[in-house]
Amino acid sequence: MHNYTVFVPRLITKKEYFAPGHRACIGCGEALAVRLAGKAMGQNVIVVNATGCIEIIASQFPFTSWQVPWIHTLFENTAAVASGIEAGLKAMIRKGRITDQETKIVAIAGDGGTADIGLQALSGAMERGHDFLYLCFDNEAYMNTGIQRSSATPFGASTTTSPAGKVSIGQVTWKKDMPAIAAAHNIPYVATACPSYPFDLMDKVKKGLAVKGPAYIHILSVCPTGWRCPADLSIRLGRLAVKTGIFPLYEVENGRYKMSLDFPKLLPVTDYMNLQGRFRHLKPDVIAQIQQTVSRKYEELRNKSAACREDKRGS
Amino acid sequence: MATRVGMEVSVAIGEMVRLANADVIAAYPITPQTHIVEHLAKLVANGELDAEYIPVESEHSAMSACLGASAAGARAFTATAGQGLELMHEVLYIASSMQLPVVMTVVNRALSAPLSVWGDHSDAMSCRDTGWIQIFTENGQDVIDNILCAFRIAEDQSVLLPVMVHLDGFHISHVIEPILLPESSDVDSFLPVNKYPLPLDPAKPVAMGDFGPPFIYTEMKWAQEVNLKQSRETIVKVWQEFGNKFERYYHPVECYRSEDAEVLLLTLGSFSETAMTAIDKMRDEGSNVGLLKLRLWRPFPFDEIRQAVAKAGVLIVLDRALSFGGLNGPVCSEIKAALYNEAKRPKIVSFVGGLGGRDITVDDFQEIVNRGIEIAQKGSEHEFEIFGVRE
Repeated sequence: MHNYTVFVPRLITKKEYFAPGHRACIGCGEALAVRLAGKAMGQNVIVVNATGCIEIIASQFPFTSWQVPWIHTLFENTAAVASGIEAGLKAMIRKGRITDQETKIVAIAGDGGTADIGLQALSGAMERGHDFLYLCFDNEAYMNTGIQRSSATPFGASTTTSPAGKVSIGQVTWKKDMPAIAAAHNIPYVATACPSYPFDLMDKVKKGLAVKGPAYIHILSVCPTGWRCPADLSIRLGRLAVKTGIFPLYEVENGRYKMSLDFPKLLPVTDYMNLQGRFRHLKPDVIAQIQQTVSRKYEELRNKSAACREDKRGS
Repeated sequence: MATRVGMEVSVAIGEMVRLANADVIAAYPITPQTHIVEHLAKLVANGELDAEYIPVESEHSAMSACLGASAAGARAFTATAGQGLELMHEVLYIASSMQLPVVMTVVNRALSAPLSVWGDHSDAMSCRDTGWIQIFTENGQDVIDNILCAFRIAEDQSVLLPVMVHLDGFHISHVIEPILLPESSDVDSFLPVNKYPLPLDPAKPVAMGDFGPPFIYTEMKWAQEVNLKQSRETIVKVWQEFGNKFERYYHPVECYRSEDAEVLLLTLGSFSETAMTAIDKMRDEGSNVGLLKLRLWRPFPFDEIRQAVAKAGVLIVLDRALSFGGLNGPVCSEIKAALYNEAKRPKIVSFVGGLGGRDITVDDFQEIVNRGIEIAQKGSEHEFEIFGVRE
């Protein structure tokens, strides 16, 4: 990560590509992430939006927050629509019908639209190698429809369809590892990001746009409404997710793992979980289990990253 | 000069799409559509068609990719059949509602279960209310002529609607026919370059696919209905222009020896050719029968149907699909509705037949007509009969 000074925010464009006035909940991490991504993308993009929070808060006819060309069709087909746009532009440029403006295609979807219902279309588009950037804004449940669990919901979280009860701890499955799934497609660029680290997020979006071929960025988007936390904790929770190792920031460039932020010593997961209502019901034994898994996975990731570093030196 | 060449209809469809100079083909293989997309893939691989061929992972994505290509201003084509069309179903509504002029060939196939790769119209009928223009064809020449017309109709600035061209699986798709492929120069003069009015373009940003609250949804749907209804004029105009140029004429309802007929049979798709032979035979034997062939299924040609049956006493409709729990086959129901308020209307008899690829022969058609006349006179205990069913 770059060593930015406090003056760096002044270098960020004042222009808004995702304009204010939309209907996001107070403290929405996703709206912030989209706004930052917009600033990194600039004007020369076509945005393809899956059905979900961002689509619904910013596109009620006759209004739109989008200052760039934007299309929404369905929930699960965003990557497929993006591949059609990419192919269409490519064919028309080749045939001399339009001039090549090097326009980038950016597909955006939530965790449900990515890890669940849209996974097939995304896998197809990544496998086929279309030149596009896919941003998954992960708020860890179907927030738009009322906080139902998705495959990206973390273990132990209580949602409206994985409620904690007398005989249930809530979500009983571990969060699907989408970045690993994307990386398994051997695409040139995969990264994780969080709007609590805005410059890192914007750098990664720029990088994702610059590579030729599919790029995938998984962005943790704090949802105060669904996570049941005060709205003013949105930024802090994003940082804690990273610092506890629950949501590590890293890149996978051409298969090489690299930590964007590396913490030799992680904060305990309770620093993050205790601030959220969705984990409030958890007993110490389950929290200990979560701590163990988070620590182990973080170590695995660090080792992978270290191995790639060694590899590079050796080669 | 164009010359007639014997070729498989599926191959001819690929050739027509090449002549139409499609920009994007997104397709997923399904029997009996495969030969079309295989041929297109070959044309692209050999550089004979300058297009992007997207070998998508499902039909849902095939239509979705076509939406994207079309919204970018490209000419998009796909082909599917049966289950593939059903998997696309949700996406079909988007293409029509968002006015994206995709052209699709549907090689009609029966729907599972039980699995059947053979033809009937149950897939086509399930798309009745999707807002697409739906054209039926009865032979290979019909198919390719109408694919060319489909691009012209879909991309017409007053229409901008997606078009399905239906052909019966195997009965048309896999048959080798003498096909007259038009000259490339004639195609170019008939089919101008696609100019989508407001494509996705960073220099001129548009928002496509906003969500519509109750205050506007009804008006949007009304506009869509008016647009589809009005497209009939353009469809007829394009067919007329096509006829003037290529000397083959198409109409929403095509009449065969029906002018003075007391008894009319109505079919659609490949069965129409067999039915014509049956009508000839019955005419030779002195029966006063004629045939109506429904070419345009959506928008439904109400006026043409009313006119065509005005003088007849009996109308026998043969559907190739069931509308489970409904009154008749879907086409017959539509026709009954169209004629209900007419002062003079024929007695209408409904048959369903040819399901899952079962053939209906010339003799069968004679039997259908005779039984139809009998039902018209004496009535039947059923609202409709399934021809040849072993009960």
